[in-house]
Amino acid sequence: MNAPLKELQPNAKVLKDQTLLEAVNAALFTAMGNDDDVVLLGEDVGMNGGVFRATAGLQEAFGNHRVMDTPLAEALIAGVAVGMSTQGLKPVAELQFMGFVFPAFEHIACHAARMRNRTRGRLSCPIVFRAPFGGGIHAPEHHSESTEALFAHLPGIRVVIPSSPRRAYGLLLSAIESPDPVLFLEPKRIYRSLKSDIIDDGQGLPLDTCFTLKEGSDITLVSWGALVTETLDAAHELEAHGISAEVIDLGTIKPLDEATILASVMKTGRCVIAHEACHSFGVGAEIAAMLAEKALFNLRAPIARVTGYDTIMPLPTNEHYYMPRTNDIVEAAINTLQYE
Amino acid sequence: MYQALKLPLDQCHRFINADGTLKHTIDEQEFPLLLECYKAMMQIRIFDKKCVSLQRTGRFGTYPSVLGMEAIGIGVGKAMEEEDVFVPYYRDQATQMLRGVSLYEILMYWGGDERGADYQNCRQDLPNCVPIATQCTHAAGVASSFKIRKEKRVAVCSLGDGASSKGDFMESLNLAGTWKLPMVFVINNNQWAISVPRHLQSGAERLADKAIGAGMPGEQVDGNDVYAVYRAVKRAVDRARAGKGPALIEAISYRLCDHTTADDASRYRANEELEKAWEFEPVKRLRALLENKGLWNESQELAWAEHCQANTDKAVELFLNTEAQPPHAMFDHLYAELPTQLEEQYATLLARHHA
Repeated sequence: MNAPLKELQPNAKVLKDQTLLEAVNAALFTAMGNDDDVVLLGEDVGMNGGVFRATAGLQEAFGNHRVMDTPLAEALIAGVAVGMSTQGLKPVAELQFMGFVFPAFEHIACHAARMRNRTRGRLSCPIVFRAPFGGGIHAPEHHSESTEALFAHLPGIRVVIPSSPRRAYGLLLSAIESPDPVLFLEPKRIYRSLKSDIIDDGQGLPLDTCFTLKEGSDITLVSWGALVTETLDAAHELEAHGISAEVIDLGTIKPLDEATILASVMKTGRCVIAHEACHSFGVGAEIAAMLAEKALFNLRAPIARVTGYDTIMPLPTNEHYYMPRTNDIVEAAINTLQYE
Repeated sequence: MYQALKLPLDQCHRFINADGTLKHTIDEQEFPLLLECYKAMMQIRIFDKKCVSLQRTGRFGTYPSVLGMEAIGIGVGKAMEEEDVFVPYYRDQATQMLRGVSLYEILMYWGGDERGADYQNCRQDLPNCVPIATQCTHAAGVASSFKIRKEKRVAVCSLGDGASSKGDFMESLNLAGTWKLPMVFVINNNQWAISVPRHLQSGAERLADKAIGAGMPGEQVDGNDVYAVYRAVKRAVDRARAGKGPALIEAISYRLCDHTTADDASRYRANEELEKAWEFEPVKRLRALLENKGLWNESQELAWAEHCQANTDKAVELFLNTEAQPPHAMFDHLYAELPTQLEEQYATLLARHHA
């Protein structure tokens, strides 16, 4: 959030120039320090501190009984987290890359998401499944997809995606405290590229509210994850054209804060949704459908989507053709404004 | 005899032979336990029969009978302590009954109501698990939580022979061995995974040998001998509780019933094999032993059967007279609190059903 830093709590430390990765690390440190039930598990999360260094120093600080290097088996990681959570632990399970989530999918969809309902609230699964996701870092096959919609479709879980170091810190803390299972997707393209100060005060950010990053009156731009950076850039370029764009970062994909989006679009009458995931059947489509259902006669132009394609993500050489760019968002916004 | 069925029962551990004679001596002090086991096995057999008939008369959902496998469930249940956690698959009514799950709750679950998994006793036991072998990883997580909190408790996980082919089982076995988890895996090897016979499930001669690759002991027992099951599981549970790591037990039995009430095993299974398998069933041999020892007789048998039937009928009556949950029950435990986004759908449901 670009809002001013919160008032300092007694135990708060200001961490200067933190990357998103460092923010994740700080949130994990704080959560583990505050609550013995928070445990970490995953591949390479212990001694190595994670392949991206998100869990660096945690095993040293909290011991290998709370920061556990697992065998290389994703279904196992997710299933073990399910079992732990039914006994009152709050596991944070790392899936090393979103592309390797599929063996774990069964446990997320068939157990974590359903345990509370299945047992009428007797047992529940307060797990955070962390996974780096998204393209733009020239990674090998299976390391670049944005598959959040696959999970947003599942009843019983929450899907959270931060787009800045401060939101990563606050949303991760809230995800860990949440009594519901949360899929926490970390946009790895901005793992190190964005820096901001963080107040390490253990205060979480709400999991039920979108973040309005910039207010505007002519058009609403909705995005999430790494692409929020380009969306904000686009809004500033539009400003130069005399166009006032409001920018909403979803933050929490599911459950969706429809009210914030709706209020903005009622005001502006125009909406561009920008996401890196494939074009069809996604979160963007859900938002467009919601606006069609609830704000059709407030719309002054068709809703536009700026997205990846319904293709397999190309290998690094051609990856850039897939990725939506700032200019694509600017053009979509101008086209939308020129309608009528 | 066993060879005709191609069951490796002669090589596995057994105390009570199929005719009720003893292969190995059982300490006199254990006979009260055997009597309790017998009574519990009768209770579950009578209850199980009623469940099948409820389904046949359209008052019940699809139901997986435990006919022929009562000794495994009861042996496992007797070997566990109250503070342990049982992680079942979906054919574990016998163990669940000993854990404190009521017959009414079992009826509610298989009768199609989620409240049947809200066990009023054994609150930490996991509910039935339908996706095959996935419960093994959950059990490993439960055992991990005991280890992390330095609690002297044990997770006991149950699975079928078909489940031993799945990655989730192998991954859990591997983790349990690596982390020396306080857990016990019990394979109910009833020879059939729906229509697929044991020999098409694995090239391994003994499923128990899968333990070797995971660095833990594996043992075959006669799953139709309740005392053999009890002893093996008890030893494994005690060992796990003492911090000496996990174990795998393959209890060899035979599914005397269809896979579930939705199955017809006569389509793929020879009747001669089924008839032969009845010779080894677990209830009859224990009764013979107890009668030989003068601990049981015909009149006790009749009185206890009547008692079990009365328990069953009482639970069935309560089940049949329980009102369904309201329509909005599907929303009530989806999240800890109903998210705002779902309020509209909730209202739609209420409007559609005038609730």
